[in-house]
Amino acid sequence: MTTTTLAVLVPLLPFLGAAAGLLLGRTAPGFVRPLAVLPTLAALALAAIVAVRQGGHAAIDSATELTPTGSVPVELALHIDGFAALVAVLVGFVATCVQIYSTGYLRDDPRYPSYAALVSLFTSAMLLVVYSGDLIVLLVGWEVMGICSYFLVGHYWETPEARAASMKAFLVTKLGDVPFLIGLFALATDAGSFRITTVLGTVASGGLHHPTLIALLLLAGVAGKSAQFPLHTWLPDAMAGPTPVSALIHAATMVAAGVYFVARLLPVFEASSAAMIVLAVMAAVTMAGSGLAALAQDDIKRVLAYSTIGQLGYMTGALAVGDRGAAVFHLLSHGAFKALLFLAAGVIIHASGTNSLAAMSRMGNLRARVPDAFWTMTVALLALAAIPPFSGFFSKESVLGAAEHAATEHTSHIPGAAGWIVLVAGLLTALLTAAYATRLWLLAFHGKGVEAPDHGRQPVAMNAVLWVLAVPSLALGGLAYRVLPDWFDGRDLTPTLTTSVLGTGVALVGGIVTYGAWRQTTALATRAPLGAVAAHPEGDAGLVEAEAIASHTPAYGDVASAPDPADPGRLLLGPLHRHAATGFHLDAVYGALFVRPVLAAASLVRFLDREVVDTYVQGAGTLPRLLGAAVRRAQTGNLQTYVSALLAGTVVLTVAVLLVATGA
Amino acid sequence: MTLAATATATATLAATHTRGFLSPTGVEIAFLLVGLVTFGAALVTVTTKQLVHAALWLVVALGGIAVEYLLLTAEFIAWVQVLIYVGSVVVLLLFGLMLTKAPIGRSPDADSGNRWAALTVAVAAAAALVWVVVDAFRATWTDLDGPASGSTAVTGASLFQNWVLPFEALSVLLLAALVGAIVLSRKSKAESSSPPVNSRPATGSSPSVPDSRNHTIGRKGAVEGNGPSSPDNPAEKEGAR
Amino acid sequence: MHLVYPAVLAALLFCTGLYGVLARRNAILVLMSVELMLNAVNLNLVAFDVWLSRTAEDKLHSGQALTLFTIAIAAAEIGIGLAIVLAVHRARGTSDIDKLRDTAEGHEMDGPDSDPAGSDGPEPPAAEKAEATA
Repeated sequence: MTTTTLAVLVPLLPFLGAAAGLLLGRTAPGFVRPLAVLPTLAALALAAIVAVRQGGHAAIDSATELTPTGSVPVELALHIDGFAALVAVLVGFVATCVQIYSTGYLRDDPRYPSYAALVSLFTSAMLLVVYSGDLIVLLVGWEVMGICSYFLVGHYWETPEARAASMKAFLVTKLGDVPFLIGLFALATDAGSFRITTVLGTVASGGLHHPTLIALLLLAGVAGKSAQFPLHTWLPDAMAGPTPVSALIHAATMVAAGVYFVARLLPVFEASSAAMIVLAVMAAVTMAGSGLAALAQDDIKRVLAYSTIGQLGYMTGALAVGDRGAAVFHLLSHGAFKALLFLAAGVIIHASGTNSLAAMSRMGNLRARVPDAFWTMTVALLALAAIPPFSGFFSKESVLGAAEHAATEHTSHIPGAAGWIVLVAGLLTALLTAAYATRLWLLAFHGKGVEAPDHGRQPVAMNAVLWVLAVPSLALGGLAYRVLPDWFDGRDLTPTLTTSVLGTGVALVGGIVTYGAWRQTTALATRAPLGAVAAHPEGDAGLVEAEAIASHTPAYGDVASAPDPADPGRLLLGPLHRHAATGFHLDAVYGALFVRPVLAAASLVRFLDREVVDTYVQGAGTLPRLLGAAVRRAQTGNLQTYVSALLAGTVVLTVAVLLVATGA
Repeated sequence: MTLAATATATATLAATHTRGFLSPTGVEIAFLLVGLVTFGAALVTVTTKQLVHAALWLVVALGGIAVEYLLLTAEFIAWVQVLIYVGSVVVLLLFGLMLTKAPIGRSPDADSGNRWAALTVAVAAAAALVWVVVDAFRATWTDLDGPASGSTAVTGASLFQNWVLPFEALSVLLLAALVGAIVLSRKSKAESSSPPVNSRPATGSSPSVPDSRNHTIGRKGAVEGNGPSSPDNPAEKEGAR
Repeated sequence: MHLVYPAVLAALLFCTGLYGVLARRNAILVLMSVELMLNAVNLNLVAFDVWLSRTAEDKLHSGQALTLFTIAIAAAEIGIGLAIVLAVHRARGTSDIDKLRDTAEGHEMDGPDSDPAGSDGPEPPAAEKAEATA
């Protein structure tokens, strides 16, 4: 089969799997698990074949016009270059791992068929975004991912956190998607087509008339989808969804879609240096803020969520300095180790019955209960902290190296300021990343206190996947950095000495300082017992997680942080801790800026409708009623009155007739 | 001959045309006088406050009309008028007044509050009708000479030759009226057994028309007792002729 | 005879009866006024019959025949009318037309309203329907 056919099958197979799952989920429950795993696995295989065939050579382009639109044409197009091929393999790989993991995680869940179908649908949409060569087709995949995220985050809709979080995720990403859409239309108007190749050609020939405006509009959508400041507030709350969903959507794929989009269309952004500065500032603020916030979170998944935001900030920072190879390299390695982190966190939550680090730090010997999770999570955390030789080191170094290159060597189209901003923020974030990774590891696995209860072995499906994902977390970076430039733009991705030393040193400093703080504070743990544990720890992991999520606020008063004096994060952040825990009060700011005015406007509209408009409506009814009451007063019941009126009328008529007859 | 005939015709015509408007003949004067009496009696009937007097003045009015019929040479009808209207209808009315306890003497509320509207309507109607009639029949005379057009022989012949079917239908109507009046005015057994509950205590407190209630308690059978027991005209009570 | 005389007399009698029907309070007085109206009509019929039979336009004497029928019908009507008045009197205790207001709007309030001689204050509803115990 031709590569194009295979490429078409890659998004198509999971879509068919989703459709079949939705249709047959209830009638043939035995088929649900195969229908979940096999199409995704097949898509992975085909994506691998396509990648091999494409091999970093010329991009595979193919298009067909479905129907004429009358103005700018919309075509079903494929554009598979090195970026697309490799990202598709990542997506297929992580999706397969997540589907297999979910069979164990949601073993007893009654809504598993729809869940699996939605995950398959999501996978298909992401693959469509990756392979698409037409911007509108990309937008279709973009939006389908958004709605799947809504459904999947709201999987535990019995908990109010999940309901609120799914709505928030949807609305905030939509808020970014509206300017995104306008930007796409503007872009296509200038280029005359939605085809990516045509657009890039227009940019190259200088045909883009409003590059800054278009770039900023597109950046709004990217900020929403990839959870960058200021539209990042949905991602920590989206941790109310099941852990496999967090692994797939909020670590490896959907949030990476924004980064991937910018990488695809980087020349459009590079055409406006103002947009690049904005992107750099956005990346810097995101990186630093999320790092600080991650240090204050109590929910293990929220730590990972803020970590994702920060790592995405790295990727957008790499894009801000014009190096998309570095950005996509970090995307690939981050996809692997972040997915691993989330899946391992899921195992930990299941085993401990809680998602609270404060509670876990008061359980002894948790790591003996989940040895697979312990070792794989250690690997992933080392990758996250960018310690050589793990994959994160190489990919993060490529980003920092690109920033340094942009800062010190003045390239024509990349402002040096962007480079400096990214470099400094990147180093600071490396420090913070190592700090919160160490904190997580210490609190989760080195707790002291009551022996952690033994709820049996974790399902094989879950543990096996952890090991599968550990391999690229360990090895991808070292093997890839030499090969990837051939797939990408050819820019060298080797770590440079300066940034490597700086980055690693900063990370080690962060880790050691955190360890010291932990030693300081861990003694306080025994003096202040804390914790909320799931009510049904023998249930499947999904049930345990749902209960853990639902119990966090009642136990600690807040969904994000816990009043734990033994938390090294409190010591490290000092007075900032209170602000960092709430994500620097951004939710409250948005509430005051947007939510309250909208609610006030809604109540104003309701008032107008009820008091003003309804008055007319009721007045229209009151008038006939009054008239009727007036007419009813003629019903005296007195016969003589009636007959008098009758005869009076007759006399009048007679006289009238006579006058007419005689006069006429 | 034709000339004589036309002369006679012209003379008759001339004689007819020399009659002026309202040039009264004797019949007309008599008609006018009797008409005044009739009209006056009718006015009193509808305005008097004494109910029984109203009935009696009605007799005068009806009698006046009978005389008018005679003047119009409709003898049979005049006597039928006297027989039926004066004879039975008025008697029925008087019985009705008695049985409904109409007050003897003046009753101040014989006229309802509607009377001004009624007066207006009646005057307007009168004006309209009289004007129309006068305008229409300004030049019409009836010839009353010659044989009576309403003699018994003529009327009888006409009735039983041309109007047989309506005549028979009328007798059926009278039968229906007879039966209906009997049914309506009869007190059924169930009706007569229920009153003890609510009529005793109420009767003392509700003389809604102050003049029409002088009943005594305990003799609800009195009404029907009065009916069949009046030996004079039980038939008049229960039916119409 | 000028036809105007009987015609005008009939019209005046008719309107007098009309006034009586509309203005009189007692049901029997109303019936009397109805009789007046019928008589006015009869007078008209007879006058026209005499006029038309003389001019040989009407050979059937329909006017006089109809007059006879009207007289008979009036008699039947007065019989039934009086029976009804008697039934009303038995049921309501009064033959006052102003009291018969069952079709009035809001009649369930049970108020004989425009009765100047109203000496019924808080009359219990049962009294309205009290049998007239003669």
